[in-house]
Amino acid sequence: MPDPGTGEQLLRTAHQLIVENDDIANTLELPRLASRLDVIREICRHLAPYQAGERPIVGATVIAKDLTIDSLAIMDMVMELEDSFDVSIPMNVVAEIHTVDQLADTILDLRAKR
Amino acid sequence: MGLFDRHAGLLEAYRDVRTTGADPFQIRMERVLSPTEAIINGRKTLLVGTNNYFGLTFDPSCMEAAIEAIRAEGTGTTGSRIANGSYSEHVLLEEEIAAFYGKKHCMVFTTGYQANLGVISTLVGQGDHLLIDADSHASIYDACKMTQAEVVRFKHNDPSSLESRLRRLGDKPGNRLVILEGIYSMLGDSAPLKEFVEVCKKYGAYVLVDEAHSLGALGETGRGLCESTGVLDDCHFIVGTFSKTLGAIGGYCVSNDPDFDILRVTVRSYMFTASLPPSIVASVRQALRVVKARPELRKQLWDNVATLYDGLAAQGFKLGPEHGPVVGVHLPDRMLAIGFWRAMLDAGIYVNVAVPPATPNGVSLLRCSVCAAHTPQQLEHMIEVMTGIGRQLGVISGAPKLRVVAGSR
Ligand SMILES: Cc1ncc(COP(=O)(O)O)c(C=O)c1O
Repeated sequence: MPDPGTGEQLLRTAHQLIVENDDIANTLELPRLASRLDVIREICRHLAPYQAGERPIVGATVIAKDLTIDSLAIMDMVMELEDSFDVSIPMNVVAEIHTVDQLADTILDLRAKR
Repeated sequence: MGLFDRHAGLLEAYRDVRTTGADPFQIRMERVLSPTEAIINGRKTLLVGTNNYFGLTFDPSCMEAAIEAIRAEGTGTTGSRIANGSYSEHVLLEEEIAAFYGKKHCMVFTTGYQANLGVISTLVGQGDHLLIDADSHASIYDACKMTQAEVVRFKHNDPSSLESRLRRLGDKPGNRLVILEGIYSMLGDSAPLKEFVEVCKKYGAYVLVDEAHSLGALGETGRGLCESTGVLDDCHFIVGTFSKTLGAIGGYCVSNDPDFDILRVTVRSYMFTASLPPSIVASVRQALRVVKARPELRKQLWDNVATLYDGLAAQGFKLGPEHGPVVGVHLPDRMLAIGFWRAMLDAGIYVNVAVPPATPNGVSLLRCSVCAAHTPQQLEHMIEVMTGIGRQLGVISGAPKLRVVAGSR
């Protein structure tokens, strides 16, 4: 998933993923740069409870269809991701997002535009 | 593919509900006896799920006003105010509501749903930003679908979550409109309105507050959360309904904006539907007088809220976060909620059942709404019945807690 051409692998080492394990706070300490891998990882962390059977969650996973998550929970997850990555994703944009990859790209695009 | 195939999942869930016996979404009140009692399934049933907060549906003065109006002006207006013109009583009602709030303008709608739908979707358009609380009512969500504005949700009752979204907009052009509710309809909790208003001021955002469930209930003179938190002047738009405390049907929006009346020729849910019939306008005008003249109804309502909320909390039920005219009782899942609901009905008590996706965070609830006309005996009886059923179903433990653990006002 990391893009070898852009050196995102290297940048990733500058990030710290702090996951407090007390079920209350899951804080992604986020510096100015977030790699695609970071974003995907964070999305997958939110989606893990909705995994259907053994099928792994991957970039091509269609969120509303391949998982057991309902539309309201998707919107709530988006709200969490917005705060983790300090972007706002308008509801009409969310409606156009189907896969994990598309969600990650949207977040990265919005971050780049800030 | 058939037209109804897309609803296959819902049909299945609905079938599950119906096979358990009574259908909570098709309850028939064979006869309504009073604000607190009706005949359901042939037996007298206590009503604790009607949003009839002041019990005004049977207020003799409101009923007389409605009957009088029918005799004088007939049963209906048979058209919209744009097409057929206004009756003077429509205009008088608008003047009275505006005066009640100390605002310059008021528009009356045929329902509160249409007021939210039309006003919100029309106030903002292409290039504007609409920010809504995550737990907003369906009418607000539907308005979002009808506007070209960018819509962003913030966390329920969380001013800092709103602030980070306003901050992120930076110096992007476009108006910002923030939508809040006085009392939320599922769990009965109130918005921290003062804090929200401060954030809105800081970022130059307009504020619209839907006081559907707080009209009458909150504020020294019953004007709602805007009044009780002292921010009436800072709220640019207040929306409300006649279908709860005022015991009829209809909606309104008040504002001080000098150009407000342009909404009369732009809001489609105002322009393209029939206006309220004379009887409703008359009973609502009278109900508003009752709200102003009888503040003791507000006190009765809150006394009853305390009885029900504290009584249920003492038995160990998990409730909404604070006292409110809506008392939401958390149940572990949908089927248990429906089973509990039906057991209550069998025991002669009607409440609402609220299950996902109509509820926030996927919770399943028994939604109780308290009425000023409930007697303490009725509510004590209800607590007793709920405690019994709750123990049978294993929702609460057998040993009652001795102390009230939550709730204050
Ligand atoms: C918060 C809120 N807003 C608006 C409405 C709509 O009110 P009405 O019944 O007048 O359409 C309701 C009632 O369902 C509500 O709970």
